[in-house]
Amino acid sequence: MHLVIIGNGITGVTAACTARRLNASARITLVSAESAHHYSRPALMYLYLGHLRYADVKPYEDWFWAENRLELVHAEATGVDTAARTVQLATGQVLAYDRLLLATGSVVRTADWPGQQLRGVQGFYGLPDLERMARATQGIGHAVVVGGGLIGVELAEMLHSRGIRVTWLVREQRYWQSVLPPEEAALLTAHIRRHGIDLRLATELREVLGDAQGRVRAVLTTTGQELPAGWVGLATGVTPNLALAQAAGLATDRGILVNELLEASVPGVYAAGDCAQHRQPAPGEVAVEQLWYTGRMQGETVAHTLCGQPTPYRRGQWFNSAKFFSLEYQTYGRVPAQAGADTASFCWQHPSGRHLLRLNFRLSDHAVTGVNALGLRQRQAVWERWLGEQTPIGTVVAQLAAANFDAEFSRQHEPAIRRAFARQFPAIPLAGRPRRRGLFGAWPG
Amino acid sequence: MQDFPAPSLALAPPPAAATPPGEKPALAAVALGLLALLAAAADADAARAQLSLGIALALLSGGALAWAWLAFGRAEAGWHPHDLWRRASTSRGAVAWASGLALTGFYVVLYWFPWLLTNLIRALDPFSQSLRHRVADQWFLYGTFYTLAVLVLGGRALWKYRFSRYHLARTASVMFFQLGFSFLLPGLLLALQQPEYYFTYFWPLKYDYLFPGTVAQLLHGGGLGVFMVFWGVVMAFVATPVLTYFLGKRWYCAWVCGCGGLAETAGDAYRQLSDKSRQAWRWEVRLIYPILGLIVLLTALLWLGASGAVPALGVVTGPLGQFYGFMIGSVFSGVVGVGFYPLLGSRVWCRFGCPMAAYLGLLQKHFSRFRISTNGGQCISCGNCSNACEMGIDVKQYAQCGAPIVRAACVGCGLCATACPRGVLNLENGPRAGRLAGSAFIHADSLRIL
Repeated sequence: MHLVIIGNGITGVTAACTARRLNASARITLVSAESAHHYSRPALMYLYLGHLRYADVKPYEDWFWAENRLELVHAEATGVDTAARTVQLATGQVLAYDRLLLATGSVVRTADWPGQQLRGVQGFYGLPDLERMARATQGIGHAVVVGGGLIGVELAEMLHSRGIRVTWLVREQRYWQSVLPPEEAALLTAHIRRHGIDLRLATELREVLGDAQGRVRAVLTTTGQELPAGWVGLATGVTPNLALAQAAGLATDRGILVNELLEASVPGVYAAGDCAQHRQPAPGEVAVEQLWYTGRMQGETVAHTLCGQPTPYRRGQWFNSAKFFSLEYQTYGRVPAQAGADTASFCWQHPSGRHLLRLNFRLSDHAVTGVNALGLRQRQAVWERWLGEQTPIGTVVAQLAAANFDAEFSRQHEPAIRRAFARQFPAIPLAGRPRRRGLFGAWPG
Repeated sequence: MQDFPAPSLALAPPPAAATPPGEKPALAAVALGLLALLAAAADADAARAQLSLGIALALLSGGALAWAWLAFGRAEAGWHPHDLWRRASTSRGAVAWASGLALTGFYVVLYWFPWLLTNLIRALDPFSQSLRHRVADQWFLYGTFYTLAVLVLGGRALWKYRFSRYHLARTASVMFFQLGFSFLLPGLLLALQQPEYYFTYFWPLKYDYLFPGTVAQLLHGGGLGVFMVFWGVVMAFVATPVLTYFLGKRWYCAWVCGCGGLAETAGDAYRQLSDKSRQAWRWEVRLIYPILGLIVLLTALLWLGASGAVPALGVVTGPLGQFYGFMIGSVFSGVVGVGFYPLLGSRVWCRFGCPMAAYLGLLQKHFSRFRISTNGGQCISCGNCSNACEMGIDVKQYAQCGAPIVRAACVGCGLCATACPRGVLNLENGPRAGRLAGSAFIHADSLRIL
């Protein structure tokens, strides 16, 4: 069998590695226009920050591919003939496949702002974007970031590290308000501003202004202000990269439409990761998932199907994580920005503004439904069990230390959290003995 | 890297980061301190040399501490090694080569041309007299510089890592053991006419402590000497396995050991330089275990010779001992181990050469409750953990497939967990059952990573 995978991001590479594990003899080819080898997309910012070199963000050393007989083709795939089962490359080469996986990822999404074609205005998604940004931000004094998600905070931190003054325009009233409840948004807003970022909420970009050479010099906001900008980063999201799928005549909507086996509309063709759109997402789940973790899970799932073990995609308990300057964020289960009517939400904050824990639970049976943690590391295996077993919130609060994943000797906040919970919900008994950690202490189950 | 795409970061690295203007006075103080040190070394007049040396040490210490404050004190506490790979000093640039040459040169002079240091040694006589009741020698000079480096750059580490109680504790610990047990106490013992003994160095690192000659000498020295022999045997064969069982190798390498102490303080800026490639790991295994084997063999042969069972064994043990002392004791641990800090990273000796690390590593890998846990499926393969590992472990290989890190090399410094931007790694001591079990969130791709 010849398996051809378009895209060497986390989805394509996970699929390739899994397929090799399941099938020792298959011929597996990875095609990518972006880079010769797989690299970690979330790590791009660390190249700019100077924390890492390019070789450091490659998850596997270069010998890995040949030793595992994963063929790498560094070229752009320009077309697919689904009847003849061939892929055309920009080099003129034609690859015949038995099964084809499209893991083409995303492209930057922008609105149609006047002036966005000026030099020094760009989105941020891949290696070429990083290289453009590195060149364009040399020696500038001011930059503007547009868009209030996770790419936005990455760009702000990157620019800030080089001493560039950053103004950050966020359309919403609260930071990342589609995802975060108000307390988390407020804490992060304060944290980001403490780092000297001029974070402006409820402010949009109206127009990008250029100079005589066609380079950006300033932006105009919807509040009528003109802000100096030697560089403008558009962090208003990404959208599935459909160019190849459409050229191949696959059914697409926002993404490449796939069933639960991640099969596209044509036999022998599959899609997974950022670029795929589930025809029938499970209740409460989104149709297009654009996360590193879901990309990896989809890649692993589709490889089973590709290797003759049809496996429907089941995401399991939701989880995600991010970092905002020095504050780490982890979430497990469901914590919507606004808790539903049947849900109670308990939120504890440390007075320093550096730690926050939110616990959501159902009012009917007190089962825990989700957690948000800022500046507190939580153990995923424990949360997976608590959420899966619909553990009563009283037990969770009493045993919270079992989920503590902070470094040894870190201050433990569980007693304070337990007291705050008991004050707010005096009727809920805190079942079970509190568990403590220590150098020789109990091992959380 | 040869097949890298045309316009790339690898081919066109970003411009080197300039030293922030605010840090220049502190750096100038350090440079002046080095000049004063040279002046002291060149001055035959004892009083002037003493003055120069005093000024040199004050400028070096003050400049380094001021620099640390400027570099880490003004930003919010946290892990943000900005420009680490853009600065010449920390990315094998010209500054790193110059510092590597200077450090290596110092070791060469110290071991083989100590007469070049005569003026510096004489300048330390009053200090040596007051501490040890005897004149200084080149090793006292070395010990003084070494301890000062651990203390001053330990101060830098305390400031840099002030957000982490784990790093504060282990930094304070190595500073304490260096000052107390590797400098003051041996000096005090000499002042009291007792054998100079380092209670924090054990066989097989301090290999001669269990040689028959040393043991006989100590036993001859009365009650304290007997205790020293007892201490050396118990630490090497009882305490080391027991402590390593509960805490991993780190109790020694990152909390007590003087070599580790220098690496964690003076070497902290160079931890990213340790080679993470599979090739480097192969060299590690090829070197460190034979060195352990060699010192075990040498010790056994010496005892065999001392027992008189095999006559004329000295023909073998004499040259073998000389070879080990020269190649491992001097060249490897000193010249290469510390001299190459700015080029090869801070743990070259600990990683490739130290027989104690090999012994502790075997215990850690096969007989310990210690491991670095991976947090479920959270790894984003960013590589920050591997970059922070001074022992050259490619940590992300484990994290990205959900496996716990159980490696003989790990000294438990904890920087991988600190550098991780997603809270994926945690140093833990727990039951040995299931210690190697991976996370259920990632089905490890069982493809070879080493």
